Amino acid sequence: MDWFKRKKEALKPAEKKDIPDGLWVKCESCGEVIYKKELEKRMYVCPKCDYHFRIGSADYISILFDDDSFEEFNQGMQAVDPLHFKDSKKYSEKYKATVKKTKMNEAVVTGTGTIESHPVVMALMDFKFLGGSMGSVVGEKISRAIDKAIETNTPMIILSSSGGARMHEGILSLMQMAKTSAKLARLANKKIPYISILTNPTTGGTTASYAMLGDVQIAEPGALIGFAGPRVIKQTIGQDLPPGFQRSEFVQEHGFLDLIVHRHELKQRIGKLLEFFAHKN
Amino acid sequence: MPSKPQKIALDFEKPIIDLEDKIKEMKEFAQSTGVELTDDIKRLEKKSKQLRKEIFSNLNRWQRYQLAKHPLRPYMLDYVEGMCSYFEELHGDRYFADDKAIVSGFAQIDDISLVIVGQQKGRDTKQKLFRNFGMSNPEGYRKALRVMEMAAKFNKPIVTLIDTPGAYPGLGAEERGQAQAIAYNMFKMSHLPVPIINVVIGEGASGGALGIGVGDRILMMENSWYSVISPEGCAAILWRDAVHAPKAAEAMKVTAIDAKELGVVDEIIPEPQGGAHLAKEVAISNVKKAILRNIKELMKIPADELIDQRVEKYSKMGFWKE
Ligand SMILES: [Zn+2]
Repeated sequence: MDWFKRKKEALKPAEKKDIPDGLWVKCESCGEVIYKKELEKRMYVCPKCDYHFRIGSADYISILFDDDSFEEFNQGMQAVDPLHFKDSKKYSEKYKATVKKTKMNEAVVTGTGTIESHPVVMALMDFKFLGGSMGSVVGEKISRAIDKAIETNTPMIILSSSGGARMHEGILSLMQMAKTSAKLARLANKKIPYISILTNPTTGGTTASYAMLGDVQIAEPGALIGFAGPRVIKQTIGQDLPPGFQRSEFVQEHGFLDLIVHRHELKQRIGKLLEFFAHKN
Repeated sequence: MPSKPQKIALDFEKPIIDLEDKIKEMKEFAQSTGVELTDDIKRLEKKSKQLRKEIFSNLNRWQRYQLAKHPLRPYMLDYVEGMCSYFEELHGDRYFADDKAIVSGFAQIDDISLVIVGQQKGRDTKQKLFRNFGMSNPEGYRKALRVMEMAAKFNKPIVTLIDTPGAYPGLGAEERGQAQAIAYNMFKMSHLPVPIINVVIGEGASGGALGIGVGDRILMMENSWYSVISPEGCAAILWRDAVHAPKAAEAMKVTAIDAKELGVVDEIIPEPQGGAHLAKEVAISNVKKAILRNIKELMKIPADELIDQRVEKYSKMGFWKE
């Protein structure tokens, strides 16, 4: 009955030492001051209140994948500013600055690797790249990742962390929702499993496409998940939103998530799902 | 149509309407008093024609966006009434409710029996509220899918008439899974084994439009708009104030011409000069012709091929470098 066994790390209380700034992090939820190295060891989950800090695609790769198994593809793909979009700044300039600052080429990383020895194709979004917004490149990279899952008959996983579609690419961003949903339907017809992982936040066009189309829908605890943003809804209805509105637990209660999984258990639980899917009767 | 609402005019339409009112007054005056004004009237009529041409042949994106939202513009049911010899509305999603913002049903256009699904807006305040301003809740998308799946079952082509300022951003909509409803519709529509034609007749606002907007042909009326967010919404986020919506409309390139140039839209359906509301019969007839021509083309393609082509069509959308 080894599915009851979960990898659990020893809970060490954060020791309060007089250490210079930058080595300590304050929990955004409970205010606890945590030693940064301790937080890192705990996968950026608050030891006091279990708040899941937002982390990037590289962190998730190291959390989920077997050592050195992840191989990225389509790494160099970049946006081209098809609308010549400009608000206070040119999109092309903003984009260049973001690439420089984040050392990433886009808001999604795609690749292959193994999780608990099971091969997968995975796309991991990253909020720090323009709010994890979905434009042509995000749509195309995810679409190609799905193609690869179909070609190699390998389970597909998408981890979402995104404010929605990217306004700077207008209707082209919108169409990425249709593109990825159509490809996922093709994947589904081949009976290849698709696991969707929703992290904080997953909203807008991302939720209204691939994030909500998983065979299994998993969220981290407390993640903001919704279609419209809370501010817009508040404006529309003219009253305060109920506590916990659009959080993982609320979304599960309303029937749209299979599982809420603590970050410490994410790898093992996904491994078991993959094992279940792979098992031949 | 009662004459009073005909006066609803956009800013840039005002000079034309004022001039036409003046011509009408002069005609009435001449008739009742017998004063000879024929030459003056002719001169003004010529001027009015010129003015129309000047204004309407150089519409900017914000002006077209306003025409797409024009309160006198024909709505979904106007097209249904004008195009169909038969329409039976089918209600309800079979789970929760009947969403009045989306209308779906069986229809006959000339010799083609088909299913039509679309967003319906209201004309007066009462109707606007009844139709929730054309903003659907999840049950609307689920009703649409139910009826479209029935179309596939009985081998009927599908036409969707898109006209929404957005999916409804309400509490209940979130509780009942607005995002899931839209996503699932796109997922399923991509593989329905019958021809699907999407026509943006007015507003194509984001996921709210796309929830009934996946198909083999995407057509847009000349003065409709289609984008990832409304210009007002974009301005509120990027310029921190909705008054910059005209700039956002330009920046996001929201018009039919833009969508065609960007390779998203297959065909632009021409409108009468000045917009569909100025000659509804012409607009409706143009839409009908475009629908029939496209359906007849698509009906020749075997279902498997049609689905493959549809998925590939979307997979080509977008621009990138590598
Ligand atoms: Zn905490």
